[in-house]
Amino acid sequence: MSFISNLINGLSLGSMYALIALGYTMVYGIAKMLNFAHGDVIMVGAFTMFTAAATLKFSPAISIIAGIIVCTLLGVIIEKIAYKPLRKASPLTVLITAIGVSYFLQSLALLIFGSNQKSFPMLFNFEPIRVNEDLILKSDSLMTMGVTILIMVALTLFINKTKTGRAMLAVSEDKGAAELMGVNVNKTISITFAIGSSLAAVAGLFFGLTYGFIGPYTGAMPGIKAFVAAVLGGIGNIPGAMLGGILLGVIENLSKAYISTELSDAIVFAVLIIVLLVKPTGLMGKKINEKV
Amino acid sequence: MALLEIKNLGISFGGLHAVDNFNASVEKGCLYGLIGPNGAGKTTVFNMVTGVYKPTCGTIHLDGKNLTGKNSIQINKQGIARTFQNIRLFSNMSVLDNVKLGLQNQIKYSVAQGIFHSRSYKRKEKEMDEKAISILKVFGLENEYNYLASNLPYGKQRKLEIARALATTPKLLLLDEPAAGMNPNETGELMDTIRFVRDEFDMTILLIEHDMKLVAGICERISVLNFGTELASGKTEQVLNDPRVITAYLGE
Repeated sequence: MSFISNLINGLSLGSMYALIALGYTMVYGIAKMLNFAHGDVIMVGAFTMFTAAATLKFSPAISIIAGIIVCTLLGVIIEKIAYKPLRKASPLTVLITAIGVSYFLQSLALLIFGSNQKSFPMLFNFEPIRVNEDLILKSDSLMTMGVTILIMVALTLFINKTKTGRAMLAVSEDKGAAELMGVNVNKTISITFAIGSSLAAVAGLFFGLTYGFIGPYTGAMPGIKAFVAAVLGGIGNIPGAMLGGILLGVIENLSKAYISTELSDAIVFAVLIIVLLVKPTGLMGKKINEKV
Repeated sequence: MALLEIKNLGISFGGLHAVDNFNASVEKGCLYGLIGPNGAGKTTVFNMVTGVYKPTCGTIHLDGKNLTGKNSIQINKQGIARTFQNIRLFSNMSVLDNVKLGLQNQIKYSVAQGIFHSRSYKRKEKEMDEKAISILKVFGLENEYNYLASNLPYGKQRKLEIARALATTPKLLLLDEPAAGMNPNETGELMDTIRFVRDEFDMTILLIEHDMKLVAGICERISVLNFGTELASGKTEQVLNDPRVITAYLGE
């Protein structure tokens, strides 16, 4: 495989990480918590699309929409039931709860679908694009990248140019002051979870299409990688999550191609450690001024 | 009936009575001062009136409506807005967006309209821009609308906080130490601004202040708090000449 196709596959993997990382970083920015169940929402999205398309024989479009709707609702419900009562609890309590929700979702999927990997239905039938002898582009990679770019543009516009987006920025800076200006903080947090989870559903679709198989633990590893991507870019920072995700995907894929498949994960985490040693707030994180 | 009626207001944190049996009635259009030594409980009164703390006893009525125990969002919707002792602007947002945030509940459109940038979204955002600019003009901030709030000089940040609070169309405006950290020139300018806001927006203003020149210059009535209890209240000149008030400030 040529360098360009390796790079494109890396960008496509990175787009997937970026979509998931956005969910981590937005929730962290606004609710100041690490939602470790976020990775498993990807798995729920993939299984919903699998059930709708393969078992219930719905059309691809309806299956995808069903997956997005289920994840959006799931995100909002998780926040309402598990996290909202703990708004004033210590961060450690919330973190443990998030891990609990993660195991709950995995076990639920295990109960319903069993431990065997399921083959993900090919919702699209794209032919690979042959540019020349060496360069064959996978069309699902191109679609992943294209859709991710569209989503990022739309999200950036939404956050910077709409009422809800301004409310999100205000809540992430100063929840108390936002409330005193009449901003409905609960609604804003719910919307953040809804957006993050719907992006996870899209990532679930791309994961299924790229790897062809899904299982109850499908979301775990991409979830952790995307968390790393969010920290790499500067947690709480939206452009940072996009950059971190894409960078991580490219590094992972290029190390698989040119260094070693076994070592690729180690290299990814080593990059994180080096970046954090040099810039502890992440690539695009803001410097935190300690108030004395 | 007065616009703001506070009766027997009190709050304790554990065994400490931070505020005890506080009464005030602020008439519509009045400039009312709340003064007292450090730690007297002035900001605590503000925090109870704006729903940050729930009072242990007493009642708060605005325009005849009972606000006691309501949360900050509900109280803001009923018509109370405030500024803070230590400026709490949304410092990573632009000057314009800070004011537009205050307009949030006046001009409404749905999340879906925002996502799809519908025609009504565009119209309403434009309406918000115009309204925000007109408020910024009052404070002479219209040329800096695109600046990050944190990049404004200190005096202008104070003004922007008042502009943001006014954008929520309150009936009552609470200013917590608006002149803190200002030099005499800036304080003079601020006094003009506060008077102007009262006349232009037909506003009732309750303010906490340590700067006696400002208090004597613009407040029509004042209450004095000392150790959480009311020491005196009434017309400004009378209260400031009250020997008990002078003792509380200067010692025996």
